[in-house]
Amino acid sequence: MHPASSIIFFTTSAGAGYGLLFLIGLAAPVGLIPDGRWLGFVTLGLALGLAVAGLVSSTFHLGHPERAWRAMSQWRSSWLSREGVAALVTFAPAGLFAIGWVFLEATGGVWGLFGLLAAAGAVVTVGCTAMIYASLKTIRQWHNPFVLPLYLAFALMSGALWLNVLLHFFGAQGLWSDLLALVSPILAWGLKMAYWRDVDGATGASTPETATGLGAIGQVRLLEPPHTDQNYLMREMGFTIARKHAEKLRRIALFLGLGCCVVLAAVALFTSGVISGIAVFLAAVAGSLSILLERWLFFAEATHTVMLYYGARSA
Amino acid sequence: MTSLPKDPPPKRLGLVIDLDTCVGCQACVVNCKEWNTGGYPAPLSDVNPYGKDTVGAWLNRVHGFEAGQGAASQTVHFPKSCLHCQDAACVTVCPTGASYKREEDGIVLVDEERCMGCGLCAWACPYGAREMDPLGDVMKKCTLCIDRIYNENLPQVERQPACVATCPARARHFGDLADPESDVAKLVAERGGMDLMPELGYRPTNKYLPPRPRRRDPADGTPPPALEPAQPEGGFLGWLDNVLSR
Repeated sequence: MHPASSIIFFTTSAGAGYGLLFLIGLAAPVGLIPDGRWLGFVTLGLALGLAVAGLVSSTFHLGHPERAWRAMSQWRSSWLSREGVAALVTFAPAGLFAIGWVFLEATGGVWGLFGLLAAAGAVVTVGCTAMIYASLKTIRQWHNPFVLPLYLAFALMSGALWLNVLLHFFGAQGLWSDLLALVSPILAWGLKMAYWRDVDGATGASTPETATGLGAIGQVRLLEPPHTDQNYLMREMGFTIARKHAEKLRRIALFLGLGCCVVLAAVALFTSGVISGIAVFLAAVAGSLSILLERWLFFAEATHTVMLYYGARSA
Repeated sequence: MTSLPKDPPPKRLGLVIDLDTCVGCQACVVNCKEWNTGGYPAPLSDVNPYGKDTVGAWLNRVHGFEAGQGAASQTVHFPKSCLHCQDAACVTVCPTGASYKREEDGIVLVDEERCMGCGLCAWACPYGAREMDPLGDVMKKCTLCIDRIYNENLPQVERQPACVATCPARARHFGDLADPESDVAKLVAERGGMDLMPELGYRPTNKYLPPRPRRRDPADGTPPPALEPAQPEGGFLGWLDNVLSR
């Protein structure tokens, strides 16, 4: 599948934003984060800013962005529509939570309830994003039980890394935030490695023989393509990445997202002051880069059944 | 409304494509483009049609496949357009309500005024039946020539899809596949009409008739008798043969 930069930015940025919103929506009401006005302003600002940036970016890949409002209408059947609704609805409790925190410096009581609701909305939104992909039977690397937990785990990881940066900046970090920044990359990349093992070991049920129904005669090969130039289908669904590049990129992503994040999180645990601050910031940068790579590979390595009609042996 | 019809449509209009008789002439491809670039999904645009890097939206394409090995192999021309699936995932994934399946005859259509051009329906279609219009930026697909089959301004005989009307090999048939007494349903029953990628479970309406088994050489392996070389005897042709043989 063609890795469109607008969609990669959308899923990673919105994932980080809603991941951050989830964590502060849970942590602030129970008192793990101090209710200082500026800390609230910056953490909620970053969370909602990342979410909005992602949603705006997603419209860049539309043919008619001015009709995007219509995408709220088909939540009964469409995961993309559900995601749009969930993304917007979540802004309501998040906005009220922000009013309480920033203007009234209150994160408990009813204001805390809004935080919890925002956290729930964030989980639902990221879950819907994952289901857009996981519901497509045409792409076996997406129609996979790991995809939903993966999206949630990577949103949690990027949220945890950036929350820790902000908490360190305000001197409000706790053991819990440092540990979360250590554990969440292990969880996400552990799941990703299991996912890779799963999709690499399997082949799709569809073949050129089932796609053409000619399997009874024998093996099916493309003799002449229906057109001489590329068409929309080939540009959109025919993206292929050389296996050796994919493996190298996977290793780089693991090095950044697992290796660097774990080492830097450990450094932050055992140091203090500026050094731990720099460590958590570098961890957030490395982790975010690794998630961008992960998302690029999620598209680039995915194969679509339509390419069986264009010479692919499997999909 | 992108939920599928609650009750199965009373009619299931679709195509039956005969892979035995299709000669791969591309006439259906051209007539489809010609009709539809002026019809319901108009325009079906092309960018740079006579230059390099041509790209355009077409609703029907003919692939060429070779199946089997060596002397037993067969070349099969393979027309492919929307199969108007009964469980059409392209419809249910649509977030705007642009993509829908008609309750009366099962035809899958795109309301281009509602389409925001996200392309998710094309991702959901296993068969590659949907193509984004490069200039209109909305999704295009086979309409089963809805503006022909119900068009009372056309003579009855012309009320069929453009691809069917134009096929010189009569490899394309149009009708109601829900009616077991229809010509198309009988054809499917008689020739073992099949679904493409049945394992994905979209239950396509269009059916493909498999190529008939090829006539084999005689069972004992003797080659068929060769033709005698032509030997004109006398007359003008004999004289000509002599002159040309010199």
